[in-house]
Amino acid sequence: MRRRFGLGSLLVLLAAGAFFLLPLVLTGIFSLWQGGSTYNLATYGKVVNTGAVWTSLLLSLRLTIETAALSLVLLVPAVIVINLRAPRLRAVLEVIAVLPFVVPAIALVAGLTTLYTGPSWLIGTANYLVVPYFIITLPYTYRALDIGIASLDLRTLTEASQSLGASWFQTVVHVVLPNLKAALMGGALLTLTIVMGEYTFAAILLFRTFAVFIADTGQGAITEAAALSLFSFLITWAAMLGVVFSNRRGQTALGGAR
Amino acid sequence: MAVLVLSGIEKGFAGRRVLSGIALSFADGEFVSLLGPSGCGKTTLLRIIAGFERADQGAVLIDGRDVSALAPDRRKMGMVFQAYSLFPNMTAFENVRFGPRMQGRSLTEQKERAAELLALVGLEPHRDKYPHQLSGGQQQRVALARALAVRPAVLLLDEPLSALDAKVRVQLREEIRRIQRETGTTTVFVTHDQEEALSISDRVAVMHEGTLRQVAVPAVLYREPADAFVARFIGAGAVLAGRAEAQGVRVGAALLPASAAAAIAPGGEVELFLRPEHIRLASDAGTATAAGLPAAVADLTFLGSFTRVRLTLDGAGVTVAADLPSGEADRLTPGARVFAWWDAASPRILPR
Ligand SMILES: Nc1ncnc2c1ncn2[C@@H]1O[C@H](COP(=O)(O)OP(=O)(O)OP(=O)(O)O)[C@@H](O)[C@H]1O
Ligand SMILES: [Mg+2]
Repeated sequence: MRRRFGLGSLLVLLAAGAFFLLPLVLTGIFSLWQGGSTYNLATYGKVVNTGAVWTSLLLSLRLTIETAALSLVLLVPAVIVINLRAPRLRAVLEVIAVLPFVVPAIALVAGLTTLYTGPSWLIGTANYLVVPYFIITLPYTYRALDIGIASLDLRTLTEASQSLGASWFQTVVHVVLPNLKAALMGGALLTLTIVMGEYTFAAILLFRTFAVFIADTGQGAITEAAALSLFSFLITWAAMLGVVFSNRRGQTALGGAR
Repeated sequence: MAVLVLSGIEKGFAGRRVLSGIALSFADGEFVSLLGPSGCGKTTLLRIIAGFERADQGAVLIDGRDVSALAPDRRKMGMVFQAYSLFPNMTAFENVRFGPRMQGRSLTEQKERAAELLALVGLEPHRDKYPHQLSGGQQQRVALARALAVRPAVLLLDEPLSALDAKVRVQLREEIRRIQRETGTTTVFVTHDQEEALSISDRVAVMHEGTLRQVAVPAVLYREPADAFVARFIGAGAVLAGRAEAQGVRVGAALLPASAAAAIAPGGEVELFLRPEHIRLASDAGTATAAGLPAAVADLTFLGSFTRVRLTLDGAGVTVAADLPSGEADRLTPGARVFAWWDAASPRILPR
C-alpha cells in the first residue's frame, strides 16, 4: 500500500493541530484549577449557578437570531434582485459589503452613539445592537448567499416556476428559499460566531452580552472566564456540526446530468 | 381555429433589432418548429410568447385574446428549457406536481395528475428520485411531464434536446412527438437542427436574422425553398448564380437546363438550385437521356448506402454534388470525366 502522507506533511498536520488545540486544552485545564494543585469541576458548578451567565448568554443568542432574521429579510430579496433584475446594482452591493472591513468598529460605534434618537424599543434596549451586528456580519452573510444563488441557475428555475403558474412570492417560498437552505444556514452560523464573540459595540453601548460578561468576569474570577470562553467556543462548534450534518442529510445537491 | 397568433412582433435589445415583422398562427394541436441558425432570435421569440420578454410592438393572442400584457404565470404556457430546469429540492414526482399545486388543485387531483404524466413519459419507476439522480434525458422527460401537468394552452420547448447525446436525442424527439399527439397540445419547438425539425413537425418556420423566411410543411420546405437562405439551410444542394434563358440558366459558359427558367424574362438574374438526388451521371454523352454536361469528378464521400460525388461542371466553373448508389460510384475516381444530367423540371429557380 502506498502511503498517502509523507513524514513532512504529517509533521505540518501535527504542528497545525497543536497550534489550534493547545490553547483550548490549556484553557480547559486552567478552568479546572482551584489554586495550588487542586483541579476539579467546582468552577463550572459556580458558573452554572450564576444567573447573570444565563441572562447574558440568552441575550447573545437572541441578538444572533434577530440579526440573522434581519439579514434574511433584507438580503435574500436584494440578492435575488441583483441576480435577476438589476445586475448593475451588484457593484453597489459589493462595495457596501466590504465597507464594514474598511470602517473601524470604533468609528461605527461613535456614529451610533450620536444617533441616539429614535423609538425607545430600539434605542433603549439591546435590540439596538442588531443594527451594528447586521452591518458587521453583512460581508459574510452577503457572500454566503451570493455563492449559494450563483450555484443555482436562478433565472431558469424562477422562469420554470412562473411558467407553471407560481407567483413571485410562491416562487421565492417554494423554489428559491429551499434551494438556498445550505447558504442560509451557513450565513446564520457565521452570524452566530460573530455575534457571540463581538465585544466592542456591546461594551461601549453598555449592554451585557455574553462576550462582555466573559470579559467582565475575567477582571476578577479568571478561571471562571476561562470556563465561559470554552463554553462559548463549544456553542459555536456545536452549531457548526449541526449545520454540517443537517446539510448532509437534507437534499442540497444541485441538479445537472450525471 | 388558431390557438396562438403572433402578429407584427418586433423586438430590439439596446437598439439592435433582434426580431422584425414576425407573424405566425398556430392551429389547435399543431406541432410547429422554429428553425434557424444560432442567434437568429428563436429563443427571444419563444420568451415573448411565454411572457418573459415584452415585444416592442405586435401582439401575442391565445384563443383570440391578447395576452401581451399578462405576466408569465397567467398565460397558461408550459415551457421546457434548454438548460436542466427541474427544482433540485424536489423529487421527480414533486416537480410534476408543482404546477397543479400552484393552480390550487386538491391534493388528490395533484397526485393523480402527476402520476398520470410520469406514466406518460415512462418515468413511474423513478418518481422518488431527485433531479441529480436522473440522467439528462430523464430530467428532460420530467420537465416535459411537469410542463404538461398544467394542461397548457401551448407547449413551448427551447432546444430541449441539445444537451443530450445523439442517440437519446433521436429517441426523445420521437417520444415528444408521440406525447404531443396523445395530448393534442399545440406545440412550438425551437431547434437549430434541421433534421430534428423536419422529422417531427407538422410545419417548420425557418428564421434568419430575426425574420421568418418560410413557413411550410417539411416536404414543401425541402422541395420548394422560398429563397436561397432556406435552400442552403435545409438539406444539401448547390445554389448557382446565373442568367435566365429560355431553356435554362446560363452559368459561366454553360447552359444548365431548367424548365422553370422559361417563366423568367430572358437575361434576368436568378439563382439555380440543384439537389444532389436530382443529378445523374453517365460515362458518355450518348447514354444520357437529356443532353449531358461534361464534368470532372472532384472528390467522393462515402456515406453508406450512397456516395456523394462532387463534380466541377465544364464551362460553368462551379461545383455541384450528386448522390449515387455506392455500387455505381465505385467505378469513379477523382479526376474521372463524366456527363451530368437531370430532368429539366427538377431544378428550382430562386429570384435574386
Ligand atoms: N437579454 C438580452 N440582451 C441583449 N441581447 C440579447 C438578449 N437576449 C438575446 N439577445 C440577442 O438577441 C439575438 C437573438 O438571441 P436568441 O437567444 O433569441 O437567439 P437564438 O436563435 O435562440 O440562438 P441559439 O440557437 O444560439 O440559442 C442574439 O444576437 C442575442 O445576442
Ligand atoms: Mg436559443
